[in-house]
Amino acid sequence: MTVLAHDLAHDPAFPDPTLRDRGGPAQPLLSVTGLVKHFGGKRRWRGETKGAVRAVDGVDFAIAKGETLGIVGESGCGKSTTARLVMQIIPPDAGEIVFDGEEVGSRALDLTAYRREVQMVFQDSYASLNPRLTVEDTIAFGPRVHGTPRREATGRAHDLLARVGLEPGRFAGRYPHELSGGQRQRINIARALALQPRLVILDEAVSALDKSVEAQVLNLLLDLKAEFGLTYMFISHDLNVVRFMADRVMVMYLGKVAEVGPSDVILNNPSHPYTAALLASMPSMDPDNRTEEAPLYGDPPNPIDPPPGCRFHTRCRFTSAICANREPPLAAVAGPHAVACLMTQPGSGHPQAAASREVAA
Amino acid sequence: MSSLSPAGAPLVETKNLTVDFVGTGKPVRAVAGVDLTLAPGEVVALLGESGSGKSVTLRALMRLLPEKRAKIGGSIRVDGRDVTALSRRELSAFRGSTVAMIFQEPGLAFDPVYRVGDQIAEAVVRHERVSRAAGRARALALFERVRIPSPEQRLDNYPHEMSGGMRQRAMIALALACRPKVLLADEPTTALDATVQIQILLLLRELQRELGLAVIFVTHDIGVATEVADRIAVMYAGRIVESGACRDVIRAPAHPYTRGLLASRADHVFTKGTRLETIPGAPPDLTALPPGCAFAPRCAQARPACNAGVPEERTASPHHVARCLLLPAPAEDGACHRADATAAA
Repeated sequence: MTVLAHDLAHDPAFPDPTLRDRGGPAQPLLSVTGLVKHFGGKRRWRGETKGAVRAVDGVDFAIAKGETLGIVGESGCGKSTTARLVMQIIPPDAGEIVFDGEEVGSRALDLTAYRREVQMVFQDSYASLNPRLTVEDTIAFGPRVHGTPRREATGRAHDLLARVGLEPGRFAGRYPHELSGGQRQRINIARALALQPRLVILDEAVSALDKSVEAQVLNLLLDLKAEFGLTYMFISHDLNVVRFMADRVMVMYLGKVAEVGPSDVILNNPSHPYTAALLASMPSMDPDNRTEEAPLYGDPPNPIDPPPGCRFHTRCRFTSAICANREPPLAAVAGPHAVACLMTQPGSGHPQAAASREVAA
Repeated sequence: MSSLSPAGAPLVETKNLTVDFVGTGKPVRAVAGVDLTLAPGEVVALLGESGSGKSVTLRALMRLLPEKRAKIGGSIRVDGRDVTALSRRELSAFRGSTVAMIFQEPGLAFDPVYRVGDQIAEAVVRHERVSRAAGRARALALFERVRIPSPEQRLDNYPHEMSGGMRQRAMIALALACRPKVLLADEPTTALDATVQIQILLLLRELQRELGLAVIFVTHDIGVATEVADRIAVMYAGRIVESGACRDVIRAPAHPYTRGLLASRADHVFTKGTRLETIPGAPPDLTALPPGCAFAPRCAQARPACNAGVPEERTASPHHVARCLLLPAPAEDGACHRADATAAA
């Protein structure tokens, strides 16, 4: 809080985030239940819509205060749509989003107030900046919209620039095209922090950066989290980066949650066959021990017409007849570790349900 | 550059290859003197970040760069022929039959308004002057080869009817249609999902082994390079800064840039909350390359001599070279131990 302290003392619109905490430490910062979003499709008279992309199809999760939730999955699994729904960039078809005990969109927490608490950083650092605004105007824009006087907003922009490692004297007056990809992503991070949010959604925020720059930005994100007491929702397709950043990991497949749990459990000892396949698909870093067999064959199915039952059963090597008929619920296997696979659920009717643990690992 | 293969002449050999992009503003030196050799049946990975010149090098080998805007210097020999001297007609016979390329985005490499099978058959007919039926038979055989399910029906698909992984398989089939000796792969798996990427990498490895192809594989991902390559050449600011057997480069990187890249990978960190090791700064401006080692401004071990001139290749171990003054000078070849050079710094 050191850098921004002098600004905030005079700004009643932005009380210290620690003072904004309503529900106490046990209350999840964000909790999402039954989130659904379908795109397109034709609505038949009386009945279901046909041909819709079922991007997010019933997702429940919670993020505790101060933790980093990593979300992984392949393209089309709904991880970015989930982020946009949580950010309220697009309205959900169904589902409830509760932020620190208050329902989003209710009278207690309208969208203006909510967006002060939750901010987002996107993958494409150039497309997400206005090319006609200088760096300082970009960062000061949010606070000004929320009623901070111009001078104070600019002062805060300069503080944040310094905080993300860009010297304000050199960078404040520049335009996005005058910056490198890594510098632009630092601007996006500074802009996200300008409203003093409590939750930051990072949607593939480092994926477009070169490896040597990616490491710098990951370190910066860790520093900012510690300094400002942030909570992250960190979306990435790179399991190594998620392993480094996340406390808990949620694996998604075709609009549903396949597995969620502490990151060391999910990434070292997964229970869902899809998570295991995803991990085995990472290129080996050992020249003498190369991957010899692809863990999965074929591409992920089309989310317009997802397979019935377990959505993964068409590619799963443990599949049995029951998997095509029965949709596995997301059920806890051990403490905070929950898996949506019939093999891990005793009495589900899957032949391997009894000896499930050993098999999936 | 030392070649690992003792068997005869190299299939691809560039000497002091340079590519300058001219046009508006200052010329950009994208490739600043690349010596690359590729033996028959060898797989070399060109590893580097964006702007390191890896893709431009690859395109120069097939002269795919716009002639007016890209000035190529130095020599390029592929299969015994001087590529820079080929006429337009010779070039179009050369592309596809001697050297073929696969790209990052197969959706852009195919013509969207023709069926995929017809596009492959057309290439065969054009190069080998056979009948359309023979061309189509070859296309079918190739589809089976790259393991596209129900290949007969898939030949009649338009590119948009295929998934990303299948389109990439179809593009590999197209590249292999005229039995090239050299396959150039420009980040062919970067746009694919993890579970599909590994399938394509394994397919390429299998085809390379069975057909005895020589492959240059451009990638920014060390893991991908490790999966496919016999030899890795690391590029930085238009030059190959380190080259050696895959095992040596990964296990005992000789150039500080390679060492930094390996150390900054997040999978090295096992304790939560530890910071990643990073390479400070950003890659240099290609319109104004420093006179000496281009990595010196970011290098923790840089010394004044590094800025005097571009370091020559020095040997780190047999067949493993790096352009770094921290390695022993070639005059004392073998006699001087690497530790001495570091101590002298």
